[in-house]
Amino acid sequence: MMQSLAVRATVLSLVLATVLLGLWEISSVAPEKSTEMTEYEMLMGGAEQEARVPPPSAVAVLAWEELSNPFYDKGPNDKGIGIQLAYSLYRVLAGYFMAALIAIPIGFLVGMSPLMYKALNPFIQVLRPISPLAWMPLALFIIQDSEASAIFVIFICSIWPMLINTAFGVAGVREDWVNVARTHELSHLRTAFQVILPAAAPTILTGMRISIGIAWLVIVAAEMLVGGTGIGYYVWNEWNNLDLTSVIFSILMIGCVGMLLDLALSGAQRLVEYKE
Amino acid sequence: MIKPFLEVSGLAKVFHGKGNSKFTVYDDVNFSLNKGEFVCIIGHSGCGKSTILNTLAGLDEPSSGAVIMNGKEVVGPSLERGVVFQNYSLLPWLSTLKNVEFGVKARWPLWSKAQVRDHSTHYLNMVGLEHALQRKPSELSGGMRQRVSIARAFATKPELLLLDEPFGALDALTRGVIQQELVKIWNETQQTVFMITHDVDEAILLSDRIFLMSNGPNAAIAEAVTVDIPRPRQRNTIFHDPGYYKLRNYLVDFLVNRSEDKSQLDGQRHPKSVNPLKDAGSAELDEPAPAHHHQPLAVNQ
Repeated sequence: MMQSLAVRATVLSLVLATVLLGLWEISSVAPEKSTEMTEYEMLMGGAEQEARVPPPSAVAVLAWEELSNPFYDKGPNDKGIGIQLAYSLYRVLAGYFMAALIAIPIGFLVGMSPLMYKALNPFIQVLRPISPLAWMPLALFIIQDSEASAIFVIFICSIWPMLINTAFGVAGVREDWVNVARTHELSHLRTAFQVILPAAAPTILTGMRISIGIAWLVIVAAEMLVGGTGIGYYVWNEWNNLDLTSVIFSILMIGCVGMLLDLALSGAQRLVEYKE
Repeated sequence: MIKPFLEVSGLAKVFHGKGNSKFTVYDDVNFSLNKGEFVCIIGHSGCGKSTILNTLAGLDEPSSGAVIMNGKEVVGPSLERGVVFQNYSLLPWLSTLKNVEFGVKARWPLWSKAQVRDHSTHYLNMVGLEHALQRKPSELSGGMRQRVSIARAFATKPELLLLDEPFGALDALTRGVIQQELVKIWNETQQTVFMITHDVDEAILLSDRIFLMSNGPNAAIAEAVTVDIPRPRQRNTIFHDPGYYKLRNYLVDFLVNRSEDKSQLDGQRHPKSVNPLKDAGSAELDEPAPAHHHQPLAVNQ
């Protein structure tokens, strides 16, 4: 039954994809001109006056070309999609892991100590709703480096879900388990690593999963602003080049990489999950 | 006179409510335990049995009074006092074996891995779980979980074992089997055990003495009843013992009729030591009555 459900779902997905792509393909074909070309049109080489969204077939052709040679580098304006994605991934992962290094210990502190919770909560509540891009001008001014500023923006946007989830997970550890640690005379450090961390790990990983999603959303916008390299810059650059086929292709690539990042984190989450 | 192994004197627990209101759960709780003794404490819900046990464990601080074990005051949790909690309190991300090893490693940090494993496996064998070493608690039945918890507590060889209603959540059949296992381990290890129960038959089967608590607020341990039935006791034959029903009726009578009565605490040092099978005072309860025959609830005052 399970297998047949999976099979049926796959079939349905394929049908939907075919129908939607088919509709898109048909709707983006230019209508046949019945009249003769005007003199002006002949002068313009018969080019259409109206720009159209490229059909999926054109995107597929471009995707094949790009993906068969993803790492070429022909100067600042023409780099392979693999290089652009690698730049973006590097920034996301750098900012993300720096955020984890800070958010998880502080989250621990906030979760363990009601005093720290009360003291830090106002800061968290004010800083958390700030759009990460709002930090960009300040970051550029203080850091004076666009690359580092992009990483900082990723850092600041991924820190909150991790911090809040860690604090929540740590505060919610069952008192019985802490009592088990106490009756076994575990030191504070051992209690933290052997009881509280594994108990809170699923909640912490949920926060990390939310964070990586947000970081991948934000990097595209950040790179549109700072420019130079990265998938966000690539999208904007192709828009400036009026190459919509490349824009659509890179949108799809952003989606695929985002999905892989999420899969990786959900895999990690499964490793630390436990049933009560 | 030799000092007892554990001595509790003047123990009280007061909860402070809003303003000046306060609620005294129990006050002036006194008792002592001898080395190697098995003692059960029985009382109605809310009289503070669990709080007393947590105080012995060092998890809870008394409002006044003190617990002295081996001549030293109990001020916090210690590996010398193992606890089996009612809800098992196993760490759900660890396997059966790892849960026991957790305790053993904490107790003997210098032991080698093989030593820790052998010791833990030995105790899991004692509770009949050798086939479930690699299973997680979520994959075990309630009875098996409590066995793991008991194995963890005994494996660390604490001087005093505190059991907080360990069989409360188990069905009667499982309970019987684990009670027997508990007696077996206790015989082999000769540890001192202090256990909370609601089950009179369980208390008679297991205990050397049974503490009877009066009802709260201002509860106290009113009597310490000696269980004068020879060991080894078997669950299926103990009720043939001539003293069994006499003792049982005495306990039930206390719980049903006398636990509300505060006057028995006044003006004397309590708990009063009684041995219903020897004392003449309880002659009116001589006739063996069927186990389910409870006296009707008396209206106090």
